[in-house]
Amino acid sequence: MSRVLIVGAGPAGIRAAETLAGAGLHPVVVDEAARAGGQIYRRPPEGFTRPPEKLYGSEAAKARALHGTFDALVAEGRITHLPGRSVLALRDGVAYVLGETREEIRHDRLILATGATDRLAPVPGWQAGGVYSLGAAQIALKTQGVALGRRIVLAGTGPLLTLLASQLRAAGADVAAVLDTAPWRAQLSGGVGMALAQPLVTVRGLRLRAGLGRVYHAGVTLERIETDDGGPTAIIWRDGRGRRHETGCDMVGLGWHLRADGTLADIAGARFDWDGAFHQWLPRADALGRAGEGLYLAGDGLRILGADGAELAGQVAAIACLQDLGQPHPDPAPLLRRLARMRRFAEGMARAFPWPAEAVGALPDDTVVCRCEGVRAGDLRTTLPLSGPEANRAKSLGRVGMGRCQGRYCQLAGAEIIAAASGRPPSEVGRLRAQPPARPAPIGAWLSEATGQCAGEAD
Amino acid sequence: MRAAGLSTGRLVRLAETARAPVGFTFDGEALTGLEGDTVLTAILLSRGALRAAEFGPEARAGFCLMGACQDCWLWQEEGPRLRACSTPLAQGMRLLSAAPAPWPARSA
Repeated sequence: MSRVLIVGAGPAGIRAAETLAGAGLHPVVVDEAARAGGQIYRRPPEGFTRPPEKLYGSEAAKARALHGTFDALVAEGRITHLPGRSVLALRDGVAYVLGETREEIRHDRLILATGATDRLAPVPGWQAGGVYSLGAAQIALKTQGVALGRRIVLAGTGPLLTLLASQLRAAGADVAAVLDTAPWRAQLSGGVGMALAQPLVTVRGLRLRAGLGRVYHAGVTLERIETDDGGPTAIIWRDGRGRRHETGCDMVGLGWHLRADGTLADIAGARFDWDGAFHQWLPRADALGRAGEGLYLAGDGLRILGADGAELAGQVAAIACLQDLGQPHPDPAPLLRRLARMRRFAEGMARAFPWPAEAVGALPDDTVVCRCEGVRAGDLRTTLPLSGPEANRAKSLGRVGMGRCQGRYCQLAGAEIIAAASGRPPSEVGRLRAQPPARPAPIGAWLSEATGQCAGEAD
Repeated sequence: MRAAGLSTGRLVRLAETARAPVGFTFDGEALTGLEGDTVLTAILLSRGALRAAEFGPEARAGFCLMGACQDCWLWQEEGPRLRACSTPLAQGMRLLSAAPAPWPARSA
């Protein structure tokens, strides 16, 4: 029996596992979380009482279905779930995994469904404790029932900005302002594309937006976050007409839609291309997600299509795997047609909620770009005459991308600053090569004895 | 300026309050969280920060809450560091905002 390893138990990983199990395979699913679901359908710990309708709103039925499917596959012994573990490295058919102990998992085929993180642009002052990603604020609310501050400002752009603001307000949090850097004209032109591809989803988003009323501002320029020893005290911003505003707050949530996390895909040998629509590097794969010999990608880590698209991409990647194994498989054509529609919607969304390239390229010299190590925009610019305008060399000399997050939250901004300073597009600046370990790991754990296990074989 | 920003809680509980209390210490002070809290939640309900930044004057209070940014590392009196956003609180944990002295400890 072929040994298939799936990394990630979000919508893509769960549907991939289901499709493989449906064909009689027994995949192993490794996931960092304690409970399967991924980020958007992340589940609270056992014993929490809010129902899915409260946690996931209009998407509650989908969350229930995904969680139920996965739990049943585990209970019936048709898949092996290894939660609470990170894949740190991949080499020669072995996944090096770290949880409470170290494990080495042999496999013949690998499906990576590692998802995305918030895409962050630096704002002067964002290094203060009490500034969070938008995703962090949603996770805190969903899985812990807490707000990350008493008076909250959310800033950036993308669908999560509006959704999160609505969810926080419904839960009783004080949301002082929602500051969208996307201008109205971008939202309008992208919104038409979104509405043509997925009218109902677009209307739902517009209704949430309308519900925010005067708290919401579009076309905003973020100047800086004012802080004291305790964290944020206010955010200074300009509205679409250039008028200056100061909004008091003790928490700022930031995010500009999503960035695919390609760390493991890179380590597994995938190639990457600059994607102009999504304004980031994305792994190269065929229509079904094949990215190399025995390597398949699915979900937001491949293309940022959101949770619905991830469910489809997970099935499609599993079908590609079954095709390559010469096994009977479902017809991918209907799934691919639905994925094409999701792709049109996602491209409209990318136009509606753009990455603020110019603002990032022009950040003042004293703005911290690398939040891990406090490296400033000016430090990076000073590095360029020595390193040249290439991301990896600039990282070696200037350390933007060398901190603990391994460039996940600074590398797009770093590339934009290098691009602006050298008069070239970010696509020519290059992309930071990922290196194992994919997460920081204690040396002692790395040196400890590993238990061996083969994906797809009962141990 | 707000008074004593670091000694009051940053987080606010909005839901799920009917859970059993869990006792732990942070920098030697006895604190109480609830069963199912992460270490980050439990500390930041009573404190403004988890630790000081290594490379600047700021405090650290987590950033991504999904194990990607590595901003929320904390120390334990008995040794290994932990990631506060993804570690469930356990009764009797003894947590520290700075490395226990002497560090690095000699291990057997």
